[in-house]
Amino acid sequence: MIHVIAFYLFAAIVVCSGALTILSRNPVHSVLWLILAFFNAAGLMVLLGAEFIAMLLVIVYVGAVAVLFLFVVMMLDIDFAELRAGFVDYLPFGLLIALVLLAEIVLGIGLWSAGPIELAQRAAPVNPEMSNIQAIGALLYTRYIFLFEAAGIVLLVAMIGAIVLTHRARGGVRPQNIAKQNRRRPEDAVRNVNQPVGQGVEL
Amino acid sequence: MTAFFQNLGVPFEGAWFLSTIIGILLIALPVMLAVAMIIYADRKIWAAMALRRGPNVVGPFGLLQSFADGLKVFLQETIIPSAANKTLFIIAPIITFTVALMAWAVVPFQVGVVLANINVGLLYILAISSLGVYGIVLAGWASNSKYPFYSAIRASAQMISYEVSIGFILICVVLWAGSFNLTTIVESQKGYYGFLNGNGFNPLLFPMAIMFLISAMAETARAPFDLTEAESELVAGYQTEYSSMAFALYWLGEYANVILMCALNAILFWGGYLPPVDWAPLYWVPGILWLFAKILFFFFVFSWVKATVPRYRYDQLMRLGWKIFLPTSLLFVFLVSGFLMLTRYGGAQ
Repeated sequence: MIHVIAFYLFAAIVVCSGALTILSRNPVHSVLWLILAFFNAAGLMVLLGAEFIAMLLVIVYVGAVAVLFLFVVMMLDIDFAELRAGFVDYLPFGLLIALVLLAEIVLGIGLWSAGPIELAQRAAPVNPEMSNIQAIGALLYTRYIFLFEAAGIVLLVAMIGAIVLTHRARGGVRPQNIAKQNRRRPEDAVRNVNQPVGQGVEL
Repeated sequence: MTAFFQNLGVPFEGAWFLSTIIGILLIALPVMLAVAMIIYADRKIWAAMALRRGPNVVGPFGLLQSFADGLKVFLQETIIPSAANKTLFIIAPIITFTVALMAWAVVPFQVGVVLANINVGLLYILAISSLGVYGIVLAGWASNSKYPFYSAIRASAQMISYEVSIGFILICVVLWAGSFNLTTIVESQKGYYGFLNGNGFNPLLFPMAIMFLISAMAETARAPFDLTEAESELVAGYQTEYSSMAFALYWLGEYANVILMCALNAILFWGGYLPPVDWAPLYWVPGILWLFAKILFFFFVFSWVKATVPRYRYDQLMRLGWKIFLPTSLLFVFLVSGFLMLTRYGGAQ
């Protein structure tokens, strides 16, 4: 009973906040609705028994990705009229993508229940006594190890690429050298001068 | 407790629901009381180190000071700036406060005395603490004012930076314990050298314990990392526009987070509810008292640091997080996993 209530609660909030992500006028509100959608999707994962994925969803998407979104969106100078002008232009393309995604989901479900092909076997749950984390680890670090490492390399390349593209040497900055600062002692910085009255100090 | 309600004739789901609600209240109310008392303790310790008296008027030794403050704040008018984004302005402190209490669900107070003994307890805490940043960012943005906004940007950059190294530090502990479950992590710390309880006595994990303590200060934006409310630069930081109960919610949430971080220090590195020395008579003391003693000790360390260490500069803070803690904690993930590979998991194959 509680499961059913929880499922419909989470699912309804995911759908509503997904719609509001698109519909709300203020981009910051959009990001916040998106966060709510992520969070409730994590709730759905917990109901499925995939608690590891749920926690990762919250840590990665809510904790890191959405914070960066929010960062960028908060600092934008938003022109609402201009923002809404593109809506109609992009609508057909958006609908096309939505259709493709829908078709993929339908195909996926179809393949799952299509019967005796190898995919169904592969997607079958592993030993239920194993905890989530162990089950994922056992697959990820044996069967899919090369794919996993390739994904890591792709991310590394993306990160280096982003840094290379945005990094530029700026003139006129004064970098901090912390080691030098820490090495500095009062004797290096302070000088006692016994100055005769009426004359300036030469520093 | 579920069984107790079932014996009274309540069906299982109702019994589970009732017992969970009671469990939440049993944790949340004492935490709130502890927050009130710990604010008093913080002020007293801080005053003692500055050779002052601290709060000493309300009640015996000033013990009721926090409650008097709470009452005062409660009776004040809630001011919402006219340029603020009202809904988010009100939601932001609620998020901070709720998130500060949510994480307590997985903290084990004794063997089996925990609200939710889940497999991914530590990940849950990481997830919840990563939510904490929203309360601050939203406050900064919704206030529609310069200083809160600066503060919010600072706070989110700071929290994200230190969460990375905290993540790696936690991985070390998890590798050693072989589990994300907090109770299992505590139990795995039994009997170092045959008589000590606590990962902190492990030479491979001791540096992690120190780094976790420092990262915890940065994560909760306590002094010396309290750049988010550096009063000489940012007035009162993200709380500048807040008054009355909204302000109090930030205040309470902040201290609840500090206590949580102290509890995590105790649980992950110093044996949680286990006595520090593995000696039979010490087990007669209830485990919850050991946990409280450790939390109080770490809170004392937090106050001590607050009273004695000057505030960091922002670039120093970022340097410490990204250039020192991140590589060091990554190195220790490598060392710990390598050590375990060579010893516990049967060497290189």
